[in-house]
Amino acid sequence: MKQEPILQVIEASKSFGGVQALVNVSFEVREGEVFGIIGPNGSGKTTLINCITGFVKMDSGKVLYRGKEITNRPPNYIANLGITRTFQIMRPYYSLPAYKNLIVPLFSPRARKKGGWRGGGKLGDRETVSIDILEEIGFERDSFVPYKLASSLPTGYLKRLELARCLALKPEIILCDEVFSGLSMSEIASMVPLIEKLQMDGITLVMIEHRLRELFRVANRVMVLNFGAKLTEGTPQDVMQDEKVKEAYLGSEKLLDYTFEA
Amino acid sequence: MNKEIGTIERRKERLDRGIKVRTEGIYAISSLEEVSYLVLPRLILIIGLLLLPAIIPSLYWKRVISITCIYALLALGFDFLANFVGLVSLGGAFYIGVGGYMAAILNKSMGLSPILTIPIATLFGAIICTLLLLPALPLRGVYFAIVTLMYPLAIARIIEALNILGGTDGILGVAGFPTRWIEQYIIILIIIFALFGLRRLVNEDIGLVFRGVKDNDQAVRASGLSITLYKSIAVFIASGLGSLGGAYLSHIYMWSGISQFALDFSIIPIAATVIGGGGTLVGPLLGCFFLVPISEFLRAFGTLRIVFYSIILLTFIMFRSEGIMVYAQRKYHQFERWVKV
Ligand SMILES: Nc1ncnc2c1ncn2[C@@H]1O[C@H](COP(=O)(O)OP(=O)(O)OP(=O)(O)O)[C@@H](O)[C@H]1O
Ligand SMILES: [Mg+2]
Repeated sequence: MKQEPILQVIEASKSFGGVQALVNVSFEVREGEVFGIIGPNGSGKTTLINCITGFVKMDSGKVLYRGKEITNRPPNYIANLGITRTFQIMRPYYSLPAYKNLIVPLFSPRARKKGGWRGGGKLGDRETVSIDILEEIGFERDSFVPYKLASSLPTGYLKRLELARCLALKPEIILCDEVFSGLSMSEIASMVPLIEKLQMDGITLVMIEHRLRELFRVANRVMVLNFGAKLTEGTPQDVMQDEKVKEAYLGSEKLLDYTFEA
Repeated sequence: MNKEIGTIERRKERLDRGIKVRTEGIYAISSLEEVSYLVLPRLILIIGLLLLPAIIPSLYWKRVISITCIYALLALGFDFLANFVGLVSLGGAFYIGVGGYMAAILNKSMGLSPILTIPIATLFGAIICTLLLLPALPLRGVYFAIVTLMYPLAIARIIEALNILGGTDGILGVAGFPTRWIEQYIIILIIIFALFGLRRLVNEDIGLVFRGVKDNDQAVRASGLSITLYKSIAVFIASGLGSLGGAYLSHIYMWSGISQFALDFSIIPIAATVIGGGGTLVGPLLGCFFLVPISEFLRAFGTLRIVFYSIILLTFIMFRSEGIMVYAQRKYHQFERWVKV
């Protein structure tokens, strides 16, 4: 694993009216790692991703990508740099079949540059590429699933479709907002190898999770947010044993449960 | 209990025709019958439209055909923006007015013939409308609609107040078409191309981006695409269709005036879309061929025709709220039969 930071957030702050959603949060993500972000509900995790990807304008602070400032640039500009995100509340195109959903990101300037005008370069047109990506992410090619309307897909597939949209952009970084939540144990079990594979492919992952056990299995480092401020940062083991974290996060007993299982 | 034993119970079974494979747009065609199943409706539509001028004798009704076609261009644009891009536009009057005045000015002051004025007015009308609507593009739903409606009202009042561009008299003496046949057949060919062109477009990759903007604009931004760019391309297309209609209108009536900014051009396309079935493109077009002639019939009743109009619309909204074409397409692609239980 390389050690230089690919993404740096410096003193990010954001408030919504009276609510301080982020208070001077600073951290850096190294190239190729899985960086976990945890914290109680409403601690500002989603807001942090929104700020990095340009969906929400920061009040103050900076975001650097490979040393270059990208603070408050428009979301499409940031996505074209290869900084992609999933949405906590899934955002598929409900009226389109799953494989047509991916035509949209494949039409982006970034995907076109990497894949040629027709989308896949030598690999074929966009539909072919889109079916390939869906297969990679766990849609069985020979079934009807890739051809179904997104509105008729169950949660598990919609979460995969969110990841697939990121992959279609040939990403450098994927910021995942709770890709495990709402999934059954067996579904998560089939997602974990996928995450590991993405990391092996050289993609840097930032993962917001409430499912600590699964997160700690894949994450290299973890940051904890509470009331919009950074509580601590470290390896999963360090974080688990941190008293402040136990108190703030789940109540000490519950975190211990997770600790034992992990 | 006993009664039921005697009667045969029946159930309506509904089957999809088997020629669609997996998803819309992928067909498995194995016989001439199946080819005709796909091609026949299109062929009937095209031939029907082409026959119209020939079977309608009176000069007055021939003119109605041309006007209907102009409304059809607006309705196509409205359906495209509303159901494929998610922009509800009441800009019909705006597009017609801009295109109409531009063609008239080009013809009168620069002496260009309709062969040139119509394409130029289409292109520059679209550019002007798109630029003026650019600030409104981030607005959604009714707010965008209000802005598109505000422009034609404002421009008409400005022309009136400042007495520019011919003031309330308008621009007279614009060149007409050489014959009625040319006038009708060109516009009929234009709407056929516009219809099939748009249908093609919405199923192309860029069309999927438009539909993505409608479904979930935030996901489009996360996919690295600028929603403002794609919305303006869509507005450009729709306002281009409208400006084309406006330019054509000026040459049909050999006149351009503030009544080209009239609300009819904004309202009738919507009514036609409601009746014909939104999201089908062909529905709104046929809706115009139903509504515009009816409104001509009702002209004898003066302002009372609004009442008839409202009754027709209400009936449609209540009994066939999906629109004729949505219903017809469903019935065509599925067939029903009674089965004994
Ligand atoms: N667009 C917004 N407008 C107003 N307040 C907001 C907005 N987005 C977030 N907030 C507020 O900011 C705070 C942080 O919200 P955020 O969604 O970032 O939390 P989170 O850590 O993602 O929570 P969860 O675990 O429930 O997803 C909350 O108090 C929330 O109500
Ligand atoms: Mg959240």
